[in-house]
Amino acid sequence: MATGSSLDELGNQATELAEEVQALREQMLRFATLQLRDVTQAEDAVHDAINAALSSNKYSGKGSLKSWVYAILRNKIIDIIRERSRHPVETFIEDDGSDLNDQFDEKGHWKKSQQPANWGQPETTLANKQFWLIFEACLNDLPESTAQVFMMREHLGLDIREICNELSLSESNCWVIMHRARMRLRKCLEGHFIQGDFLQAVSQ
Amino acid sequence: MNCKQATQLMSESHDHQLTRWQRFSLRVHLLICNGCRAYNKHLDFISKAMQQMRDRF
Ligand SMILES: [Zn+2]
Repeated sequence: MATGSSLDELGNQATELAEEVQALREQMLRFATLQLRDVTQAEDAVHDAINAALSSNKYSGKGSLKSWVYAILRNKIIDIIRERSRHPVETFIEDDGSDLNDQFDEKGHWKKSQQPANWGQPETTLANKQFWLIFEACLNDLPESTAQVFMMREHLGLDIREICNELSLSESNCWVIMHRARMRLRKCLEGHFIQGDFLQAVSQ
Repeated sequence: MNCKQATQLMSESHDHQLTRWQRFSLRVHLLICNGCRAYNKHLDFISKAMQQMRDRF
């Protein structure tokens, strides 16, 4: 009898774990979609991560269940990116950054109209819901290849060397891609959020 | 150094350690260039935003 009840208890623990992991599903899907930009692939990654989490007995019950599940999800996402870089899609368009040169004059200095503006208090901006909508839209606006590297660095939090290795890029090439990503993002934010009526509204 | 080169170095400073010479020439450029000083703040802001976004998950 004693064995039976402890088995029940184990069963209950497993159900609890399954429920907790399932509760993270939506959030995990958002996380994966931001990185992969493909809902089907994101769903696969989340599905695999949840299965791996539930069938593994490595979760000790100590530490955050969430960070453990996210670590698994990160690895699944990296697997998908690795697979992708082995079979590049034909429509893959290289971001040569040529359009970004418009911001500079022939000597390579900022054109007056393009000179970066004062953005005011970052804390106020980051606390604003509207800002985050624009921020995500600007991220989604990045060219595919550029976004992939940028998001691996700043969203998955990988080391730049690791990223270059995974994608078989030279390190300096990676730096240039990161530079273009940041420059595009900055320009997009300045155009849509900061220059709008928004900043004035926030700072009042 | 012009602004185009400075923006590249400002970005690189987020990804790897710059050489002494790069740091020095960047600092000199930032002393005289308002646009790049603002740009540098914007890059810090973007890193901060990405960090916050990560932390929310
Ligand atoms: Zn400058």
